[in-house]
Amino acid sequence: MQSVKEKIKEIKQHIEEALENVKLSKKLYEIKMKFMGKGGEVSDLSKSMRDVPPEERPEVGKLINELKVWSDGKFSELDERLKAEELKKRYAEETVDVTMPAKRAAYGALHPNTLIRNELVDVFSGMGFEIFEGPEIENDYYNFTALNTPADHPARDMQDTFYISPELLLRTQTSAGQIRVMEKKKPPIKILSPGKVYRSDDDATHSPMFSQMEGLVVDEGIALSDLKGMLDEFARKIFGEGVKTRLRPSYFPFTEPSVEVDVSCFACGGAGCRLCKGTGWIEVLGAGMVNRRVLEGCGIDPDKYTGFAFGMGIERIAMLKYGINNMKLLFEGDVRFLKQFKD
Amino acid sequence: MKAPLSWLKDYVDIDVSAEELQKKLFSCGFEVEELIKTGKDISGVVVGEVTECEPVEGTHLHVCKVDCGKHGIFQICCGADNVKKGIKAPCALVGATVYATAKDHTTVEGVTTIKKGKLRGIESDGMLCSGVEIGVNGDLFEGGDYCGLLILPSDAENGADVKQIVGLDDYIFDIAVTANRPDCQSILGIAREVAAALGKPLKEPDYSYSPKGVCAPVNISVEDADLCPRYIGHCVTDVKIAPSPAFIKKRLALCGLRSINNIVDITNFVLLEMGQPMHAFDLRALSDRTIVVRRAKNGEYITTLDENEFKLTPENLVICDSKKPVALAGVMGGLNSEIENDTTEVLFEAAKFARDSVRKTSRALGQHSDSSAIFEKGVYEYTTERAMARALHLIEQLGCGTVTDMHVDVKTEFSHTGEKTMKASVKKINALLGVDVPAAKTIEILRRLNFGVKQSGDSLSVTVPPYREDIDGEPDIAEEVIRFYGYDNIVGTFLPTAAITNGGYTEAQKAVNKLKRVLVGNGLYEISTYSFYSEKDLDMLKFPQDSDERKTIKILNPIGEDLSVMRRTLAPSMINTIVRNQRRLNPDGKLFELAKIYIPHELPIKNFPEERNILCLGAWGATDFFELKGVCESVADCFNTKFSYSPKNDIPFLHPGVAAAIYCDGEYLGYLGMLAPTIAAELSLERKAFVAEIDYDKLTAHAKAFEYVPVPKFPEEKRDLALVCDKNITCGEIEAEILSACKYATEAKLFDVYEGEQVGEGKKSMAFTVTFTPKDEDIGERIDGFVKKILNNLKYKLNVELR
Repeated sequence: MQSVKEKIKEIKQHIEEALENVKLSKKLYEIKMKFMGKGGEVSDLSKSMRDVPPEERPEVGKLINELKVWSDGKFSELDERLKAEELKKRYAEETVDVTMPAKRAAYGALHPNTLIRNELVDVFSGMGFEIFEGPEIENDYYNFTALNTPADHPARDMQDTFYISPELLLRTQTSAGQIRVMEKKKPPIKILSPGKVYRSDDDATHSPMFSQMEGLVVDEGIALSDLKGMLDEFARKIFGEGVKTRLRPSYFPFTEPSVEVDVSCFACGGAGCRLCKGTGWIEVLGAGMVNRRVLEGCGIDPDKYTGFAFGMGIERIAMLKYGINNMKLLFEGDVRFLKQFKD
Repeated sequence: MKAPLSWLKDYVDIDVSAEELQKKLFSCGFEVEELIKTGKDISGVVVGEVTECEPVEGTHLHVCKVDCGKHGIFQICCGADNVKKGIKAPCALVGATVYATAKDHTTVEGVTTIKKGKLRGIESDGMLCSGVEIGVNGDLFEGGDYCGLLILPSDAENGADVKQIVGLDDYIFDIAVTANRPDCQSILGIAREVAAALGKPLKEPDYSYSPKGVCAPVNISVEDADLCPRYIGHCVTDVKIAPSPAFIKKRLALCGLRSINNIVDITNFVLLEMGQPMHAFDLRALSDRTIVVRRAKNGEYITTLDENEFKLTPENLVICDSKKPVALAGVMGGLNSEIENDTTEVLFEAAKFARDSVRKTSRALGQHSDSSAIFEKGVYEYTTERAMARALHLIEQLGCGTVTDMHVDVKTEFSHTGEKTMKASVKKINALLGVDVPAAKTIEILRRLNFGVKQSGDSLSVTVPPYREDIDGEPDIAEEVIRFYGYDNIVGTFLPTAAITNGGYTEAQKAVNKLKRVLVGNGLYEISTYSFYSEKDLDMLKFPQDSDERKTIKILNPIGEDLSVMRRTLAPSMINTIVRNQRRLNPDGKLFELAKIYIPHELPIKNFPEERNILCLGAWGATDFFELKGVCESVADCFNTKFSYSPKNDIPFLHPGVAAAIYCDGEYLGYLGMLAPTIAAELSLERKAFVAEIDYDKLTAHAKAFEYVPVPKFPEEKRDLALVCDKNITCGEIEAEILSACKYATEAKLFDVYEGEQVGEGKKSMAFTVTFTPKDEDIGERIDGFVKKILNNLKYKLNVELR
């Protein structure tokens, strides 16, 4: 009978032979199982301990153990090498050209008007303004009469109105919403009223439909200087730090005093450029202290409360801010135009 | 409003530059839209004396030697017929800029620079000019209309700049006057503001006259006093119609008016100077020496001075004699009573007509004039009275007639004159402005503006100048103060006394923002289109004549038919946008618009209509029905609800086989589908287009708050079922039956459809993955039972079999 020692030697040799041409870690594993697994040659060696005389057992046991350690080492060494090679190969195969186009769900874009509107709402809602949206079809009373613009008033000519019946019209100004708010709500009032308005006007800077944003504050002790302070804040947030406002006298029937508000040109910093036509200032909105008659008409005591209102064209702000030169572009829906506007 | 600097200087001693004055006017509320320097295009034109002048044989030309003083003596070849030795004319030196004229010698065709040149081989070092070539007409300078040389006075210094001599050294302020300041629609009105801005006294024009003559009375009556609160008439006899003197002509010319004759020019001069339109009637033409101011009768006619005939209605106020209309009140005189060259007796009219009456007439008849423009803004009777006096003064000054004592002043019950006094408080003015203007400064400013002020502590008693009817109360006075104290002195404050308010969006507004972001996340671009379109847009989409979409609100005064119908569907706007994109070769795109439609409760409309929010989706190019349906699903998801779909073949502009109705909880919300190929062809669309409309207001009513459901302990199970059914059974029907048969079946998702031999004629195969979601028990063992139940249900309801 072959001695265990010899058998060990033989197994060692078998293992070495078996490992000679192994190229794949998977194959290696199979070989390992063949030797080391259940019923494998190495495992079976332990069974043959029964046949070893007791006095030799310690020595043989040691030899068997040595064989196990040796073969474990052999296998794991090779396994490590093969796996490293295989990984290298896999990496090489799987390497992609990272500069190829990305796959993504195309992202659309909000309309520039919506972007500006959201920006404005964010600025003013932070100052405590609620948002109110009135109807686009108004009657003569809300659009004109209640705003201190009776039928014979020349200010009616300032805005050419679309009528749909002798009494009903497409609102020419979001100011119409002021009255609806003041009829229902008593001071303190801080309302922002964005929406579409309509005027019979059609050229590069006018459109028969456009959007306005109206602001209204009514409370005790409101002064023109508060309007100035609030608009300074608005100008900074919308057009950038360092942008200043300038008030100059104007006229609207529903405010007294009335002002035009200019912002210092954010393109040139006020030095004068094409955008500001060399003046250093850009007209952005109309405003004023709410006319006493308007307050009275809404049942608000003008001796107790004062307020201011301001109104701006959203398209105008968008055109200024983005440098859009023709208002028509905003209503054409050309995707080449639309896709440029990022939130 | 055009105000020449030279004219303003008649009333105010202006000692600042035109540019500085422009700034001053700006800061007190009068924006100078343009500061026009007269003769700005003309340069290098000097006085030239023709010292030699020889005709050139065989031509109309003359070779001249022109003495231009310090500039030298030049040989100039001249074709004018009035060139001769000894005259002085404007001489454009080489390098000068003058107007180029057309062959007619009168039409200006831009500015040209004079170069050294040769005419018929003869050297010419400059050009002798006509009035037109240097921008001067006969009103501005005598002889300016002649198409030959402009002859300059013989005492003009050779070589002197010609601009000062011909009156091209002025500035014209083109001023934007706000609607509350009709008093500033005049040179005098602007002069008042200039005086206040410069702190200088105002020199009033001369209003004095002394009636010398007598004449037969003229009967003047006002029947419609509400439209004519005041009417003043005054007769002038011994009228000698003649050209106006140079100073009148020049002033009119600077303001863009042509001189007609002395009488007409006086009315125009007063209109410009005082802001009061006037009219002069030839008394011969007034039957029975009568003036009646009344509404026109229906069907009455008038022919105005410009020889346009108008048919009138009672909307139009007319000035009549005892028989016929002789003027369109405030708009234009009648041809029948025009001042003629042989007119000898004139009735001057200065009146106040209601501004909206003039506006309505002017608009309705399409007849506009300088007079109507001023009446529409409003005139004050203080000015009406003064203007008549001023006109009569000018009659005397010009010696063109005898002022009689025939003066009729009809002051109706609508007349409105007299001083207005009001109380104001310095403290309250400052509180409104948020500045601290000292009382003394406030008073000083008001007095500069001709307000009478009496002070008693904080309280002011303020008398308003009669030409300031716009001043209505304390805020108006505050505005006057800050106008001259300076808006730049306002320091911004931030509502130091106001109550805290809680701002922000309402829930509904938040939902809109969320929806828009979801759609953008789905790759859609937001568009904004007009709320109105054309009836033709509805024709384009084949809406039947009796469809709701045709029951629209019409704009009574649209810009054009294209923008005349308030929309009841957004589809035409969306499809037009897609057409525009395709025409511009944008290969594909996905769009959305959230906007209102306008639904009348009755037609013609009497009450406020319903304004309903509609979401419209559109897509074209590399897309299909199911991609757009996917967007609809995202919309449903956004409101935590579910849509169901069923075939819909009655949308007139959609492909009948590729269109679906959209329902939510059984309510119809809208449709989606492919544009019908017939319409696509009519619109020359190269690429397929898809459109959907969802009633946003209805949709939001189905919005559900999400509820948290604990995650089941056991995993979901999935089973694939390949089914065979009749070809006309829809995926949706099967899906619904699968889900209704078993409460654990939470999703049935189609993954394959097959039609062909293997399933037989008239049949198709559909394969679904059914998801079973356990509640809190293990359902693994029960799935086979569920499947059996589902299959039985399908067989029973739809005759569907397992393949």
